[in-house]
Amino acid sequence: MDPTQTLATGSGYWSPLLWLLALVVGLAVALVIRSRGRKDFREGEGRAPFISGNKEPEQGGGHIPASNIYWGFLESMKSYYGRLVPVHTGVPTDYVAWLLGIMALMLIIGLAT
Amino acid sequence: MDTFVMRHLPALLIATPLFAAFLMPLVGTAGRTARNAWAFLGALLTAAIGLTLAWKVWTTGTVLYVFGAATPQQTLPPDAAFPIRIMFQVDAMSALMAVIASLSALGITIYSLSAESKQSGLETFYAMLFLLIAGVLGMVVTGDLFNFFIFLEISSLAGAALVAYRIDDGVAVEAGLKYALLSTVGALAVLTAIGMLFAQYNALNMATLASRLQFTALDKVALVLLAVPLAMKCGAVPMHFWTPDTYTTAPSSVTAFLVVSSQASLYGLFRILYTLYGDLLQFSWATFGWFLIVLGILSMFIGVTMAIPQKDVKRLMAYHAVSQTGYMLLGVGVGLAVLGNADALAKYGKTAMAGGLFHIINHAMYKGLLFLTAGAVFYRCGTRNLNKLGGLGHTMPWTMVFFMIGALAIAGVPPFNGFASKLLIYESVFRFSPFLSIIAMIVSILTLASFVKVFHSMFMGPPRAEFAAAREVPAPMFIGMAILALFVVVAGLAPQPFIEHMINPAVDALVDRAGYIAAILGGR
Amino acid sequence: MMSYLLLKLPYFTVVVLTLLGLAAMVFKKNLIKILMGLSLLESAVNLFLIVTGYRTDGVAPIYTNAPSLHMTLPTVQALTLTSIVIGVATSAMMLSFAMVIYKKYGTVNAEKVKKLKG
Repeated sequence: MDPTQTLATGSGYWSPLLWLLALVVGLAVALVIRSRGRKDFREGEGRAPFISGNKEPEQGGGHIPASNIYWGFLESMKSYYGRLVPVHTGVPTDYVAWLLGIMALMLIIGLAT
Repeated sequence: MDTFVMRHLPALLIATPLFAAFLMPLVGTAGRTARNAWAFLGALLTAAIGLTLAWKVWTTGTVLYVFGAATPQQTLPPDAAFPIRIMFQVDAMSALMAVIASLSALGITIYSLSAESKQSGLETFYAMLFLLIAGVLGMVVTGDLFNFFIFLEISSLAGAALVAYRIDDGVAVEAGLKYALLSTVGALAVLTAIGMLFAQYNALNMATLASRLQFTALDKVALVLLAVPLAMKCGAVPMHFWTPDTYTTAPSSVTAFLVVSSQASLYGLFRILYTLYGDLLQFSWATFGWFLIVLGILSMFIGVTMAIPQKDVKRLMAYHAVSQTGYMLLGVGVGLAVLGNADALAKYGKTAMAGGLFHIINHAMYKGLLFLTAGAVFYRCGTRNLNKLGGLGHTMPWTMVFFMIGALAIAGVPPFNGFASKLLIYESVFRFSPFLSIIAMIVSILTLASFVKVFHSMFMGPPRAEFAAAREVPAPMFIGMAILALFVVVAGLAPQPFIEHMINPAVDALVDRAGYIAAILGGR
Repeated sequence: MMSYLLLKLPYFTVVVLTLLGLAAMVFKKNLIKILMGLSLLESAVNLFLIVTGYRTDGVAPIYTNAPSLHMTLPTVQALTLTSIVIGVATSAMMLSFAMVIYKKYGTVNAEKVKKLKG
């Protein structure tokens, strides 16, 4: 592979290999920082993780189901989704109607121009 | 022998999967080993022929194949001034699509060998799969409009049968019925348009039709009747409703190939807009360019926002397929909108088209990969519900790695291939209209967000008791995913050779309408 | 005038059949009726193809012992035959789908066959 391999985008260049190099450098920095940590630490020692003063939940009980992820986003976009989701009725006649509707619209636009 | 094969490559490209399909039930009676070997052999040969044909196109230019003529290159009969035979015209654009289809076909067939092994009636399944492959390959290499309709119908029928193949309490059949219904209505509109064009110009050959078109009012009607159903078949919003239904219920390997099939419809749309009508649209270039752009923007945005709240992993991915199709429509639409302006076309129009076309091949690979990983999870865990899945990273590490590669690629995170094509689209579309480019970037962010959700719900967290038996997938599924993942990584690390040798010739082939006509009519 | 209308009658039939088919597909809720609408649409398209190749008083396009060279156009007839074959395959497949749906859902009402939505 050519090391000068770049992607010309018309207004600039992007080199995937330079990006990889940057990743490697970042990884090296992280490893250097990690190697400066305490060598005498062993798992199981020390204090339990601090979770806002609550007790650490049991292993296995900490899984968040998918429906709860982005709850806030969905809640704030409720008016948008409230209109969009019902359009996906699942009724085949509606699907055909949408196809015919777009076809009619394009016929009007196409013949007018 | 070698020259014989090389001379008849375009015909063999269709004949091989058809032969594999029709002999499949017979071979299947000899036992499962014979059946699997036959399926593997058929896919391998098809892929080899597809790649050889593409290589031939890239090295020697457009490959013509006239059926029933004295030589495959004799486009005009000795006693007639216009072509009367069915012909395949494989230019760089067709070659690109043939590579996509035949490579994914190989990966998907290998994957099916074990993914479907628990099912019954597999002879029919593979026969249908090969019919679907033949239909898609036919759509992208044919130079004849009616032939295009035939292959469109073959791929629709085989696709619908495959979607409904696992009855699954009727849900799969419901999806199959919707898909078949819409496909048939769309195909009938296409057939009507072909009839309108034939009645006026007495030709079915695309190059001949292109040279004769007058752009009458009837031609405009025909254009709409061709373009809108094909846009529906590629899943553009607001005609995308069948996409999530179909992609969710089909077996994962079939879903991965339905993505390719919808991209063959996209190819048909581009072929009709650029090659068949092309210069004739000059008074309405902007109109049809904007038709693609508006469909693209709607698909991108509505697709991704509908994906975020989904709970079924394959339904979520299906909405992303809609969203990613938007990028292709946007890129190629910008190219079409500036087709009349040579300066803008050279400056950013061709780059936008290159980005759009590069996204087609990238999308086929990473979306195929994602659907296959979803299939792998379903194979081991028996559910697609994201609320129930979890902790699979402990037991299926390789599936997780493949999923990460696919998810990062679809979100446009460097250094994977999705980034390369999206970068081309962003930068060129920005010079056309910054607003569109910004929407495209926002959609990418939302894509990443929703795949973070999938990743978290499927693979993260402590191991769950109900999936304790889950193991890594069997070797054929692993190989199928690895083929696609390898492409995603390689095309991401070295995009420039792909752009130079595959994409740019395809862009030039699309723009060069006169060249397409001259290949058949000899410059007359 | 009358003969002109008679000549164009097949085209009117095409339009009427198309509209009937589309109306059945959009407004009927019974899956079987929707498929009947689809069949009507198919017939309309087939008729349209045939009509474009028709010539008044034309003979069948078979050159052996042809009484005259004033022939109907064979190409569209070939197209129509192909289209009919495809139509049969489609109808058979979709009707069998409707049958399975009736077995599994207990209804062929399109409004009730929507486990997939949203």
